[in-house]
Amino acid sequence: MGLEQFKNRNVGTQEYRVLDLQESPKTPMAKFVQVAKRTFKGELFVGLGVTVREMFNALFRGQMHTVKYPLEKLPISPRYRAIHEMLRLLESGHYRCIGCGLCEKICISNCITMETRYDENQRKEVSEYTINFGRCIFCGYCAEVCPELAIVHGPRYETASEQRASFSLFEDMLTPIDKLSLQQEYDGFGSVSPNADENIKKTPLAY
Amino acid sequence: METTTLIGQLPEVTAAGVAIKAILILAIISAIAGFGTYLERKVLAFMQRRLGPTHVGPYGLLQIAADGIKLFTKEDIVPQHANSLIFKVAPVITAATAFIALAGVPVFPDFTIPEFVPVLGGTFVPSIASDVNVGILFVIGMMAAGLYGPLLAGMAQANKWGIIGAARTAIQFLSYEVVTGLSLLAPIMLVGSLSLIDFNEAQSGGFTSWFIWQQPVAFVLFLIAGFAETNRTPFDLLEHEAEVISGYATEYSGMRWGMFFIGEYANMITISILAAVVFLGGYNDFGFIAGWIMILLKVAFFFFLMLWVRAAWPHVRPDQLMWLCWKVLMPIAVINVVVTGIVMMV
Repeated sequence: MGLEQFKNRNVGTQEYRVLDLQESPKTPMAKFVQVAKRTFKGELFVGLGVTVREMFNALFRGQMHTVKYPLEKLPISPRYRAIHEMLRLLESGHYRCIGCGLCEKICISNCITMETRYDENQRKEVSEYTINFGRCIFCGYCAEVCPELAIVHGPRYETASEQRASFSLFEDMLTPIDKLSLQQEYDGFGSVSPNADENIKKTPLAY
Repeated sequence: METTTLIGQLPEVTAAGVAIKAILILAIISAIAGFGTYLERKVLAFMQRRLGPTHVGPYGLLQIAADGIKLFTKEDIVPQHANSLIFKVAPVITAATAFIALAGVPVFPDFTIPEFVPVLGGTFVPSIASDVNVGILFVIGMMAAGLYGPLLAGMAQANKWGIIGAARTAIQFLSYEVVTGLSLLAPIMLVGSLSLIDFNEAQSGGFTSWFIWQQPVAFVLFLIAGFAETNRTPFDLLEHEAEVISGYATEYSGMRWGMFFIGEYANMITISILAAVVFLGGYNDFGFIAGWIMILLKVAFFFFLMLWVRAAWPHVRPDQLMWLCWKVLMPIAVINVVVTGIVMMV
């Protein structure tokens, strides 16, 4: 089922049906007949049947809907925007961040702070990088703007902490070097779309 | 005819036996009433594809203990403008009348305490605590007296929701006492006695002698009225949360509140026993199944039915409830009594 039918706001063209509501009975006899019909129709027992069927489905056919939350968790969408992660390059293990500062610039709640410098190879190096999670609104702009897919949103959504403003340092968010093989590529905001190859066009040289 | 003479062979009922029986009823039914809350949560949860209580003890069985600790240790609040005496007496009325009603119905099988027990050895403990010859009238009367509990509670607590709950108590219980009485009148005419033991004996001829086959209309009426009297969905107007917060129990907390619910669950058990004894053959043996197992099965079925109905059906408005009682059920009950009388005379 696609989303199209829910996005269609054009009321006039949709297929609406009027429910088959009978008129309320007027005479006492008609009222009596309606009561008698409804009484002996057995609809009440249909209701009983439905509940007991659901009970058997839940108990014996594994259709119990409860998720015992701290023990089991539902999978979340790859587009979910939880606590940030800093990814590494898979080949070298070096962090991907090039210190361009775009995430700091675009952050609308001003919660990203970074300082950079040139290292001995005249390459940008991140010396300080913190995100104030007390202010972060998890809008996802930083992940979207990042040209290197270096800062992304991870799946860690349990963010309760003892302090309202808890800062996160670059090293906390960076993939541990020994877990590099477990690093997941990010599918959410700012990542390469599945049909990216089709969208590549030749740069028009005319302008 | 063996079963009818069996009563005469039973040992004499002594005061000690009755006292033991009374203590047994109080202890076991209170426990079952607590266990009933667990069952209700579990069954309702399963019917809604949830798990219900799972964390306290195996399968959540110790949830009752946790609830009990909570109820007993909760602060006991009496509102400032409430009539303190009546406020405190009302839950006792509900719980007490529920247990007094249980004195008149057969609850567990009779047994004799073995001789080797020091003091009470050889005492015969009867099935019915007091086998009065107006048994059924006594039980119904006691359950009717139980309506003073919610009524006084609602009026004493100086709370508008309580007042509405009390008013609903009055209309609901007063209406449905009529139907209960009239629906039971037809089987009483057939048996010619008010004693529940006579009812049991009248249905000792096996499956086909159950009164549900002779009196199906009375059975349905009694069941409907029983739901109303025990304050179960679809007639739970007294304390329906969505409408009147908690009705008559709004201002109650702790064990005073708990007593209302012990009373309610004891009433559910009483109504289940009454329905089983009067209409479904009571505690007669059924084939190879012993009588005491049969009555347990029947009571369990009615208890389950009450939970099942709560999961399945919405509840009715007060005006629909009155309409159903006075315009539908009571005429049918009267016609049923008249038809039964004509059939008996012819």
